[in-house]
Amino acid sequence: MRMADIATFATGSLRGSPTRTLLMMLAMSIGVAAVVVLTALGEGARRYVISQFASLGTNLVIVLPGRTETAGISPGMLVGQVPREITLDDAEAILRSPAVKRLAPLTIGSATLSRNGLNREVVVAGSTSDLLEVRHMGMGIGEFLPPGDIHDASPVCVLGDLMRRELFGNQPAVGQWVRLGDRRFRVIGVLAPQGESMGLRTDELVIVPVASAQQLFNTSGLFRILVEAKNRDSIAQAQHDAEEIMFARHRGEKDVTVITQDAVLATFDRILTALTMAVGGIAAISLAVAGVLIMNVMLIAVAQRVKEIGLLKALGAPGRRIRNLFFAEAVLLSSVGAVAGLALGYIGSVFIRQIYPSLPASPPWWAVLAACGTALGTGILFSVWPARRAARLDPVTALAGR
Amino acid sequence: MIELSQVSRIFEVGDQQVAALRGIDLRIAAGDYVSIMGPSGSGKSTLLNLLGLLDRPTSGTYKLDGGDVTALNDVQQARVRSEKIGFVFQAFHLVPRLTAAMNIELPMVLAGVSPPERRARVERLLENYGLRDRADHRPDQLSGGQRQRVAIARATSMNPSVLLADEPTGNLDQTTGKEVLNLLEKLVEQGVTLIMVTHDPVIGGRAARQIHMVDGQITSENPAQSTRSRAP
Repeated sequence: MRMADIATFATGSLRGSPTRTLLMMLAMSIGVAAVVVLTALGEGARRYVISQFASLGTNLVIVLPGRTETAGISPGMLVGQVPREITLDDAEAILRSPAVKRLAPLTIGSATLSRNGLNREVVVAGSTSDLLEVRHMGMGIGEFLPPGDIHDASPVCVLGDLMRRELFGNQPAVGQWVRLGDRRFRVIGVLAPQGESMGLRTDELVIVPVASAQQLFNTSGLFRILVEAKNRDSIAQAQHDAEEIMFARHRGEKDVTVITQDAVLATFDRILTALTMAVGGIAAISLAVAGVLIMNVMLIAVAQRVKEIGLLKALGAPGRRIRNLFFAEAVLLSSVGAVAGLALGYIGSVFIRQIYPSLPASPPWWAVLAACGTALGTGILFSVWPARRAARLDPVTALAGR
Repeated sequence: MIELSQVSRIFEVGDQQVAALRGIDLRIAAGDYVSIMGPSGSGKSTLLNLLGLLDRPTSGTYKLDGGDVTALNDVQQARVRSEKIGFVFQAFHLVPRLTAAMNIELPMVLAGVSPPERRARVERLLENYGLRDRADHRPDQLSGGQRQRVAIARATSMNPSVLLADEPTGNLDQTTGKEVLNLLEKLVEQGVTLIMVTHDPVIGGRAARQIHMVDGQITSENPAQSTRSRAP
């Protein structure tokens, strides 16, 4: 029998019972669509997190006070002593490492921002001119913090875009004076609007020189130091140098933690990929259910078409040809169902992107392949038994319709 | 040329054994017109199924055109059915979703005949059996006589040497039944071996050779020929 004839025959018998065929295809396509949509969501979440990290900066090494590993109890801990803080001098020392391109010390606190009777509580970030580059921020109007001595506490500030709108409305902000806590600062620039990144809304931020912030919050310690390595290859060196320098400066105590952005990123990547696969796997179970449905309906089809099978045998079709005809039906059914499911899944992903534009939901290629493969696989696997049953029918009883 | 020797067929019903055929010896020459008659349960349908390779004898041998076909496997038997044997059934057994033309085409599709060749043969058969204007009708749009004509056209589409008919007029009224018989007899004139099972003595009586069966055995033959029936 010719391949084309097998296909025509299988199509004909599928079209012979349209309701049954449509229901089976529906089951199959829902399964495939579920895999596609759910993995698209997982992949979207993964890409979202990665893009958030990328917006944080590139080749970053972050130095933060305190250590993450436990190594016995120090006497200091018993009396409630906090780890030694990181100072601006530490930051300057780290900058001397050849692997470091630039760095931005960071002090974070909150203060009341007021102008002409308008006031609100804001997050104040104290840093240096390099923060703009390190954190990939963009300027709207005016200038960022001036370069110069890191210890210079000049009374200038840069506003987030939302802060500018709330305090100044349509009036020009640059050059005006605002009050932060008990000090006065002159606005020298406004950040470009850039939305949220890693939970820190830069639009609602007020940035001042780090020394000014330390005076404002009456502290000499830093929240963290953002270190940008020269390039991707020198990240490890920068991390090592930072650790060594801090170790030496803190008189042989490892009381700071140095993490790389890459390590954090890789962890998130792993977690979210695993999550995507798990969700995809759960969706694939629905494909197996569709497979069982196909088997059930094919068994009914074999029972309904007993006479036809008997006739085909009488007309000279050996058992294996009848088996192949039923196989062809299952393959056709699963592949059309899979294609319909893919279409459905992609439409669903587009829909999700419309609702959540920040989530780049699109199914990963491996999930698409796996969904189609599973659909075809279950379709064929679950038609083995019905097809064999059809092939083994005794033509005499089949024709008698008993 | 059909040769059966000592063919028996025993069915297992529960733990009982029921012999449908008991030691049948039968020779049918090419081009013969044979009717097999007998009451129901006499084994005539079982004999026809054996002749058509739809069933295997429990014992005995069946030679078709000189070769032993009982020893063949499923695929080989299917090939013999496809090339040498045509079936006409009482219930027509047309595929309901296929048109008359497609039903006629079916054995050629299964045998892998090339599409142009198939079309040519279907055209000729539709013409021969007066079904030209019914080609695109499905079986449920055809009368009983037309359905049986489609079935005969289908049975002859692979030019078989043997035609097996099981009560071919059983579901038809007398007039159409006669028409169908005439068509089958015309095939005999063209050299096809026709073996027809019937319980109707009028129809069976038209055959050149009439075999009577009772209880799984051939009891008499009319007119008596070289082939003998085994007495019980």
